[in-house]
Amino acid sequence: MTQIRSLLALMVAFALHPGTAAAQSITLASTTSVEASGLLTNILPQFTATTGISVHVVAQGTGKALDTARRGDADLLLVHDPEAEQQFIDEGHGVRCRQIAWNDFVIVGPSADPAHLRGGSDSVAAFKAIASARAPFVSRGDNSGTNAAELRLWKIAGQTGPIREKWYRDIGGGMGQALNAASAMNAYTLTDRGTWLSFANKGSLVIAVEGDPRLVNRYDVIELDPQKHAGAKLGPAKAFADWLVSPEGQRAIGAYQVNGERLFNPSADKPK
Amino acid sequence: MGDFFGIVGVSIGVSLTATALAAAISLPLGTALAIFSFRGRRLLVVLVNAFFGLPPVVVGLILYLALSRSGPLGFLQWLFTPAAMVIAQAILAIPIMTALIHRASERAWARYGDELICDGASRMQAIPPILRIIRAELLTAIMAGFGRTVSEVGAVILVGGNIRGLTRTMTTAIALQTSQGELSLALALGAVLVGISISISATVFALAGSARTAGSDEA
Repeated sequence: MTQIRSLLALMVAFALHPGTAAAQSITLASTTSVEASGLLTNILPQFTATTGISVHVVAQGTGKALDTARRGDADLLLVHDPEAEQQFIDEGHGVRCRQIAWNDFVIVGPSADPAHLRGGSDSVAAFKAIASARAPFVSRGDNSGTNAAELRLWKIAGQTGPIREKWYRDIGGGMGQALNAASAMNAYTLTDRGTWLSFANKGSLVIAVEGDPRLVNRYDVIELDPQKHAGAKLGPAKAFADWLVSPEGQRAIGAYQVNGERLFNPSADKPK
Repeated sequence: MGDFFGIVGVSIGVSLTATALAAAISLPLGTALAIFSFRGRRLLVVLVNAFFGLPPVVVGLILYLALSRSGPLGFLQWLFTPAAMVIAQAILAIPIMTALIHRASERAWARYGDELICDGASRMQAIPPILRIIRAELLTAIMAGFGRTVSEVGAVILVGGNIRGLTRTMTTAIALQTSQGELSLALALGAVLVGISISISATVFALAGSARTAGSDEA
């Protein structure tokens, strides 16, 4: 019995142990791409060091991140789907949207390249070629910014409505999961360059198509409307948004590299 | 490396707290189900056993909606904190622990119940001695509860948010490493998780052994 009692005492000690609650903290609803690429992990300590505000990142697809903020469960947003962001602002949830950086999407695929895309720069032609070759294609299918960009391209490529074909594999997962799936199934997929460069399980995947102006990927920070979200920590949230677009924050974003390659191009001064 | 110890600390801290919370409810509940008779007792026992297979992701989703700032428990501001993870894990552990304690208490009550009542104890007063009699099974129940909590990922990733340094546990970190394609790192963390859960279980098992010896000395 004494053993049980000491075990319980130990557990209670854990229960009463105060959490690591910092003096000031905000919850940032963000996308899987800025988390999986390592960007936030890299730049957040610099912001926390200057301001004492710690940032808790909940990484979700853009669609889910916007929903999290709509429900009042986040203080700030960092997302990349212009259309969904506009809708969020039109609904009155967001007040200010500022671009902090851009990179681009690329179409990656197996080195065997069954749809003969390699070296091309026309994303729409590439999607048409994938469809006519019936080559396996992995879709995020998770309402994320990348997923939205992919669906826009399919629409331009003439696919109206959802694609229900065996070669089109909707995995309903994050960017990393989609790349893992594409790597395992020798499939094509659309990915942001940041996640692609930092992804460690590429297998036989290589970049097939890049450089299309339609593949620009913009990251925006959105502050919440003080009337609708009075409970949010808007002060420190604004401090972080301001820091991201400040020369210091922009330098930190531009300085982040993986294997000598820059992942995000700061663009607060000249939004792309 | 600091990250690593932080993740292990969050995992073990949250799971131990959840197990303690679940024990505080399951111990009296499991025994009470065995020694009191009241309307609906049978149904409660069936429910407790049926909730063994409660899908973690469903528990996570319901708790997420409840704890959201626009949900009924939003005022607590627990979403995306360790507190939310503790609640989720406790909900998952309670059915298993209660069922195991109920079963052991039932046997002990059948054997010693009459004596305890003859000694003048009320049924309420009989709960502590029954718990003392089944102490070995108590440890098994606590161990099973801890096992359920520490290995869980579906609920804690929803209500905890996998926030670095705050709510990132070993299981959610493994999910994240896998999504970054860092499969060998994910596997290494998995090995640590297995190692830690095995050594905690082994320690508790050894404690149970010595408790049993101590028990026979008393007799």
